[in-house]
Amino acid sequence: MESTIEVSDLHKRYGRTVALDGVSFTVRPGHVTGFVGPNGAGKSTTMRVVLGLAAPNAGTALVGGVPYRTLRRPLTHVGALLDAGALQPSRSARNHLLWLAHSQGFAARRVDEVLEQAGLGEVRRRKAGGFSLGMRQRLGIAAALLGDPPVLMLDEPFNGLDPEGIVWMRGLLGTLAAEGRAVLVSSHLMSELQHIAAHVVIVGRGRVLADTTVSELLAATPGGSAGSLEDAYFALTRDAVEFRGEVAR
Amino acid sequence: MSERAGESAPERSGGGGMSDFGRLVRAEWTKFRTVRGWVLGIVAAAVVTVLLGLYVASNSLSSCSLGTVEVECPTPPVGPGGEAVRDKFYFVHQPLAGDGAVTVRVTSMTGLITYPPPNHNEIVPGLVEWAKAGVIAKDGTAEGSRYVALMVTAKHGVRMQHDFIHDTAGKPGAVSADAPRWLRLTRAGDTLTGEESTDGASWTRVGTATLAGTVEIGLFVTSPSDLTVDGGVGGGTAQARLAKATATFDNVGLTGTAPGGDWLRDDIGAKPNLDGAPHHPGSVEEAGGVMTLSGNGDMAPLTGEAGPAVPLVLIGLVIGLIVVIVVAALNVSTELRRGLIGVTLLASPRRGRVLAAKAVVLGTVTFVAGAAAAALVIPLAWDVLRDNGFRHPGLPLPTIARVAVEAGLLVAGTALLTLGLGALLRRGLAAVGIAVAVVVLPYLAVIIGGLPTAASEWLLRLTPAAAFAIQQVTPEYAHVVANYTPGSGYYPLPAWGGLAVLAGYAALALGLAAARLRRSDA
Repeated sequence: MESTIEVSDLHKRYGRTVALDGVSFTVRPGHVTGFVGPNGAGKSTTMRVVLGLAAPNAGTALVGGVPYRTLRRPLTHVGALLDAGALQPSRSARNHLLWLAHSQGFAARRVDEVLEQAGLGEVRRRKAGGFSLGMRQRLGIAAALLGDPPVLMLDEPFNGLDPEGIVWMRGLLGTLAAEGRAVLVSSHLMSELQHIAAHVVIVGRGRVLADTTVSELLAATPGGSAGSLEDAYFALTRDAVEFRGEVAR
Repeated sequence: MSERAGESAPERSGGGGMSDFGRLVRAEWTKFRTVRGWVLGIVAAAVVTVLLGLYVASNSLSSCSLGTVEVECPTPPVGPGGEAVRDKFYFVHQPLAGDGAVTVRVTSMTGLITYPPPNHNEIVPGLVEWAKAGVIAKDGTAEGSRYVALMVTAKHGVRMQHDFIHDTAGKPGAVSADAPRWLRLTRAGDTLTGEESTDGASWTRVGTATLAGTVEIGLFVTSPSDLTVDGGVGGGTAQARLAKATATFDNVGLTGTAPGGDWLRDDIGAKPNLDGAPHHPGSVEEAGGVMTLSGNGDMAPLTGEAGPAVPLVLIGLVIGLIVVIVVAALNVSTELRRGLIGVTLLASPRRGRVLAAKAVVLGTVTFVAGAAAAALVIPLAWDVLRDNGFRHPGLPLPTIARVAVEAGLLVAGTALLTLGLGALLRRGLAAVGIAVAVVVLPYLAVIIGGLPTAASEWLLRLTPAAAFAIQQVTPEYAHVVANYTPGSGYYPLPAWGGLAVLAGYAALALGLAAARLRRSDA
């Protein structure tokens, strides 16, 4: 299976609100692709459509060339972290991963492996309801890694992580990409993805504003420094932010 | 982590050949068993069902008195089929070892009913509809022994009955001096044939039955009590009054018995008073070949009021079901409301199957809990009732097993209905409220709410509470008048019919929930 995510001309409305207005991009293996945009730009919606959780009004979304809903053991193809809070609070971290493992036919040993990998080995027996947001993010990462998938989609994985956790996450994302996986990481902060994302897809108001390599984006920006990557992002997304401001009012 | 992504999927666990759906069921089972509250809830439902049954049993007392003296309650005799029976009649008989026959002409049948409505102030002449007089062959004189009888009845014409529960109709019509009826019971080998005639010349066969060995053959009279059932508000109350029947027989012919043998007289099933004389005795007078017999009692299976019924010892189900409903609602609503359903659907994108796997796990768990609780509480509570003075032969093991399995289905069906409601409405509290309102409340209204019988019966036909029909262990008999109302343990639908009503509602809720789950964004 080819390790790609292909999104083409996705449209999605919620009532009269347009969430996606013709989103197209391709995520390729071997590097981290940043998926950046202000809150409400359509990042999470795009991911949910790709993962079959939401149905688009138009357009297609494929992982490894096929729709997600046709996958028989999906966690061996795609690992995803969408909402770290999606847990039964009274279930232990290990048991949360155990039922996921059983749904794919994995042995319990695999659960312990990913718990160690996510740095949760010590707290595996504790109830997930007592976890900090950072620990929940790690548990979500462990769940995404459970099936050793060639494609990873992580929605705001840096949220709630402490500085040590951010360093760990960056290292992990780099390693995963270096292993030849396609890694799509969303964030509303460009700076979080500095130095790890080789490619960025910038979205705003349900549209793709830029789909380019980081070096090209920097080359197109006066000054060309890492600091001005943030400026380039703001320049691209200003309209989207203003739009959101109007909606809020 | 493996060296190259995508090439070495994590090894499969033991059941490598497990189907997609099998893996899904296993995952849902893991989900269920790893939330301690749900497991404890199901265990608590079973425990409360057992304890409540025992509590109610320990607070139920039965006492019997003879005059003013309290005596141990009599144990009802058991018929050939294992069921408790009433076997009380006046019997005039001779032994018959081989082939033979008894023939009689019944020329009159009268009776007395003590203190009937409306004023309950006098003894009036009259017969209850199933007052019986006729000929009988019985396997000895012990109560509950096998018999074959051919009889005239007050309101149901000629009948051939055997072994308490079997009844075959002959020709209609009551007897009188102007319209006497001839009855003949013939034994050839082990087969007894009953025939009736209006003139003693032309005979019509009523039926046949078998009875082997030496039997007592002769004449009998008996009459059930006069029963009035008030089906109005209050849920059906029954009042029984002593009734007595008297029949006149002539043309008595007996073949196959010892020549010149004497008639033996037995007041079968009559209980002695304190002075040793029988209570409500029967009698026979013989003059010039005319025999006049009087008797009261019945040859029939005991009905509802006979002893502690299954609904009494299963009363804990009412609370157990509420606990199961809460667990089932939480089981689905917490997953939907916390977004955990998204994670579930990532692991298994085929949504209808997710709901099906949940139903399999919840259905199995609640079935086991319900069946185990019923299987425990019925015999245990029965023992307590026996200690408290109830005399009842108890239920045969297959019947207990049947009720236990069906109680499991009642609990599982209720859980699945709740699961469907919870997935459809996405609100645990609403699912709990509706499930309790449609399963538990109608039943409570029936047993304690004081509804008219007709209203109770419609509730138990139309609502999921129909499944409580699993508690009925004795059928209604057309040849026995009794208080056949839900309050006495008789339901308008058979057990499978009641379970089918519940299953229909559960399937509807689950079907709508699956449609909503498939259509909407998670």
